[in-house]
Amino acid sequence: MLSTEEIKEIDHEISLVPYKKAACIEAMKIVQRNRGWISDDALKAIADYLEMSTAELDSVATFYNLIFRKPVGRHIILVCDSITCWIMDYKALYIAIQKQLNIKFGETTTDGKFTLLPNACLGCCDHAPTMLIDDDLYRNINADELEMILNRYE
Amino acid sequence: MERPLTRNIHPNRPPLTLKEYEMAGGYLAVKKALSIPPKEIIDLVKESNLKGRGGAGFNTGMKWSFVPYGENSPATKYLVANADEMEPGTFKDRLLLEGNPHQLIEGMIVAAYAIGATTGYVFLRYAYKEAAVKITNAINEAYNAGYLGFNILGSGYNLQMHLHTGVGRYMCGEETALLNALEGKRATPRAKPPFPQISGLFGKPTIVNNVETLCNIPHIINNGADWFKNLSYSEDGGTKLYGVSGRVKHPGCWELPMGISIRELIEEYAGGMQDGYRFRGVLPGGASTDFLVEQHLDIKMDFKSVAMAGSRLGTGTMIVLDDKTCPVGFVHNLQQFFAHESCGWCTPCREGLPWVEKILWSIEQGQGKPGDLDLLDQHAKLLGPGNTFCALAPGAAEPLQSALKYFREDFERHIRNKQCPYD
Repeated sequence: MLSTEEIKEIDHEISLVPYKKAACIEAMKIVQRNRGWISDDALKAIADYLEMSTAELDSVATFYNLIFRKPVGRHIILVCDSITCWIMDYKALYIAIQKQLNIKFGETTTDGKFTLLPNACLGCCDHAPTMLIDDDLYRNINADELEMILNRYE
Repeated sequence: MERPLTRNIHPNRPPLTLKEYEMAGGYLAVKKALSIPPKEIIDLVKESNLKGRGGAGFNTGMKWSFVPYGENSPATKYLVANADEMEPGTFKDRLLLEGNPHQLIEGMIVAAYAIGATTGYVFLRYAYKEAAVKITNAINEAYNAGYLGFNILGSGYNLQMHLHTGVGRYMCGEETALLNALEGKRATPRAKPPFPQISGLFGKPTIVNNVETLCNIPHIINNGADWFKNLSYSEDGGTKLYGVSGRVKHPGCWELPMGISIRELIEEYAGGMQDGYRFRGVLPGGASTDFLVEQHLDIKMDFKSVAMAGSRLGTGTMIVLDDKTCPVGFVHNLQQFFAHESCGWCTPCREGLPWVEKILWSIEQGQGKPGDLDLLDQHAKLLGPGNTFCALAPGAAEPLQSALKYFREDFERHIRNKQCPYD
């Protein structure tokens, strides 16, 4: 189930910690980077490799906001819904995204292109409202610019 | 006015490379520190009165001094930079992480040497993608130049350093929860004692310091404790990164003497309120601090002065409430965040915060009942200090209790008129 490349990367992470299990978050990050999400099969494969139960690994996986246990789109949109963005009307941005992509928070577009998620403070409160698409940070977003931004993604 | 932390940060250009950083005096503190006994460094930092910039404000040198030292102490010890900045309204460490990563690494090397740590981690939040790239580059440069690795600058001291990026959870900012996350566990807090200084990461002595705290260290080593204390307008040493966000003319983040007034920050640095908006209140140090109002505008932004006014300096990054934003909606947004980010480890937080969030939502929707405010008052007390495992719920109670105190009429009006008056 795990590829040779993935095992090589996971082995490197294991070499940095005192016992295998301690590398479990890093291992999930590696697999998620390759496959987009952590399926039940991937979860079991990682747990077996790290000599832990799938239940224990799932308890870690489901604790964190950005380990995905359901399929996600090719691009993840994280919209900041925390206090300063709320004051600066992030809702207008959210409504514009809903209109454009026809999805709400937690949903993926039917073509599998985008998944939309709310996100705690992105740490750009002086440029609110903000959103992160994959590795790209957008600040001071005007809902009118949204279409142009989303069109950059394939 | 001296600005040691941000002097070499230029918003429109990449951070200094190692060579440029050295030309600007960088890594001199490492060279100097490695020739001084660790205990003297701890004493110097203690003497400087540097207080932790993550929010708690504990004397940094004092914290370091709790780590066992000497021949009989454990061979393995850890130093962790807490770069998990995820407190809503807080955006100061991003500036340091992206603007001058070598400054953080230099501070970490000195801190690690002072406590005898041989491994250092930067625990960075996932959303800081640019910082991740810049820190990785800086760590590699520091290894290549002999500032990290084995036998640093021929001193016999060894230090390995790793970047760990989180996978998203506010709890990771709590130091013991952060250690659990680094160990590959759910980020739930640990019981104290034992304190991490004695038994931390993988059961070994560990110091967790905020990014801004560590960035101050090289300057204290280079310039001394008195210089550091003199940077400040208050009894707390040094400068501070202050931020202002909300409906002000120029939101931003500035390095200023510790103890500058709230009024000066809002009116001079942030340019005052936007046209058409009036100031109503401010959370002085991030989402988990108590509101201060107009009568507090001349309070000095240092740990003691803000505490005496009934709030906390916290992270020093303030969120301004204006007269056209609903205080109930404001507090509801905060409680929604805290309820979502509660790790669920202890009952008052796990059960209490969603309850508070639901009450506030119903009030905001015009479905509030007369007894709701008593219930919120009760929750603010029950979620307060001493009743929960860690500081998340007491932090959530701070904006709630102070909003009920200063903006009570707004809450009552919602219930009386069965609608939000700001819609």
